[in-house]
Amino acid sequence: MMNRQLISRGLAFLILIVCTAAMISPIFFMISTSLKTKSEMLLFPPTWIPQSFQWDNFKELFTNEEIKFGVLYQNSIIIAVLTVIGTVFSSAVVAYGFSRYRGKGRNLLFMLMISTMMLPYPAIMIPQFLLFSDMNWMDTFLPLIVPAFFGSAYQIFLLRQFFNTLPNELYDSGKIDGASELRMFSSIALPLSGPALATVAIFSFVWSWNDLLGPVLYLNSQEKFTLPIGMAAMISSKFRIAPWNLLMCAAIMAVIPVVALFAVAQKRFTEGIVLTGIK
Amino acid sequence: MKLSASGRENFYFYLFIMPWLIGFIIFALYPIAASLFYSFTDYDIISSPKFVGLANYQELFQDDLFYKSIWVTFKYTIISVPLTLILSLIFAMLINQKIPAKGFFRTAMYFPSMVSGVSMSLLWFWIFNPQIGFFNYILSWFGVKPQLWFLDEHLALWALIIMSFWGMGAGMLIFLAALQGVPASLLEAAKLDGASRWSTFWNVTFPMISPIFLFQLIMAIIESFQVFTPAYVMTQGGPNYSTRFYVYHLYESAFKNFRLGYASAMAWLLLIAVLIITYIIMKTSNRYVYYEGGKES
Repeated sequence: MMNRQLISRGLAFLILIVCTAAMISPIFFMISTSLKTKSEMLLFPPTWIPQSFQWDNFKELFTNEEIKFGVLYQNSIIIAVLTVIGTVFSSAVVAYGFSRYRGKGRNLLFMLMISTMMLPYPAIMIPQFLLFSDMNWMDTFLPLIVPAFFGSAYQIFLLRQFFNTLPNELYDSGKIDGASELRMFSSIALPLSGPALATVAIFSFVWSWNDLLGPVLYLNSQEKFTLPIGMAAMISSKFRIAPWNLLMCAAIMAVIPVVALFAVAQKRFTEGIVLTGIK
Repeated sequence: MKLSASGRENFYFYLFIMPWLIGFIIFALYPIAASLFYSFTDYDIISSPKFVGLANYQELFQDDLFYKSIWVTFKYTIISVPLTLILSLIFAMLINQKIPAKGFFRTAMYFPSMVSGVSMSLLWFWIFNPQIGFFNYILSWFGVKPQLWFLDEHLALWALIIMSFWGMGAGMLIFLAALQGVPASLLEAAKLDGASRWSTFWNVTFPMISPIFLFQLIMAIIESFQVFTPAYVMTQGGPNYSTRFYVYHLYESAFKNFRLGYASAMAWLLLIAVLIITYIIMKTSNRYVYYEGGKES
């Protein structure tokens, strides 16, 4: 009995090692290519470890006049940060409304809200495009940022679930202290929602950071491009000048903020779990 | 301001949900309705829309490219979604055992999910390079001849399916959390009753995580109906339309060929397809989905 369990665990361990190696190898290959010289990256079979580490590739990526990587980076950060601010703020307000007040038609509106989670963006993008172009918002960041200030269904749902776990006594004690409804939201509900708000912030950052279709529709000039559309342009025929080692540098640079956020968040998430566990 | 208790309740409810309500009307309700309207018109952005009745829909059903785009999307979905889900569940179960270096495996399997969007497309375009790509190099270990991948109309979609497996870490993480929520007492009871691992999985573990499985399944299908990035970045729908995904076809029709009426008809059919699929899955799900604590619709 004991033996069989050991064997099956050992087997699981072996399978995991092989599969993890397979999963990680593309990332290894991405990093290794980014540090190779132009001639080494074209070798076949490819070398696993670069003969000499070309850290200057990253410098070239940012200084190359045609790629303008710094501009792409800056645009992506501006759009993502404003999207996060808009999404976190508006989603928290709306989620609080759904969680705390039993207004007329709440259930129906909540169902409507949930169902928009499944609404495919491509199904509504044409009228949205025409709307924004009528407002003369083409080739500006506005179509990518402004909708975030009206909340996002998925994030509202997530926060509403969280607000539902806050005990009513909290608000009762607030009432006794004479706090207004807005104060109860800002000084009772919000301060307790740190980890949930962080989750929403990270999700919306990553979503905005990776979005390609939106920028493709709304941004035309290269100075306005975000990372995804700029990087897509780099491998299209127009900018084929960008060699693979620089493209891998670009991919790495684009992924770093996401990895950093998840690394920080993991700590926040566990803190949140620990906190609720103590209570 | 004097308001009755329920009046107050209504006032604050609508005050707080106002941002969403306005956004819902402008960015969801209006576009859905407008999309339907445009689908009955001939519209090229420059001149105003001309009403043409059902002509766009008639044209769609005679358009080979439209059928091709449905076929490509369907094939991708039917292979990639179930396999990715099952793989991510299997790996979650493998990691959810008493094995060393659990945290390492979890992070390592999840890590690729962070390389998403265009970065992922760039990386895999390089990996599948026909002359000097890493994938052909690995295949050469097993004596497989170099393949053309994105230049071969029979392989391009398969390359994208292989790429999609790489992103299974996100689903795995969710399953892992779900598995840790399965009460140990139930698993021990099954063990005491002498249940085999196989029957413990099907009778205890799977029913307990089935609501999460269902949610993941629906979201994965909806997502794979909307694949756009790899087609836009890597293949432009080719070669020979073999990766012309539905949404890519919609995008090209609307914003390359400026046939907004035709594309709006496609948009509406996409909406209906999502509704129908979600409905069917929800309807058939009560056969295998178990909700703890009884009836929950």
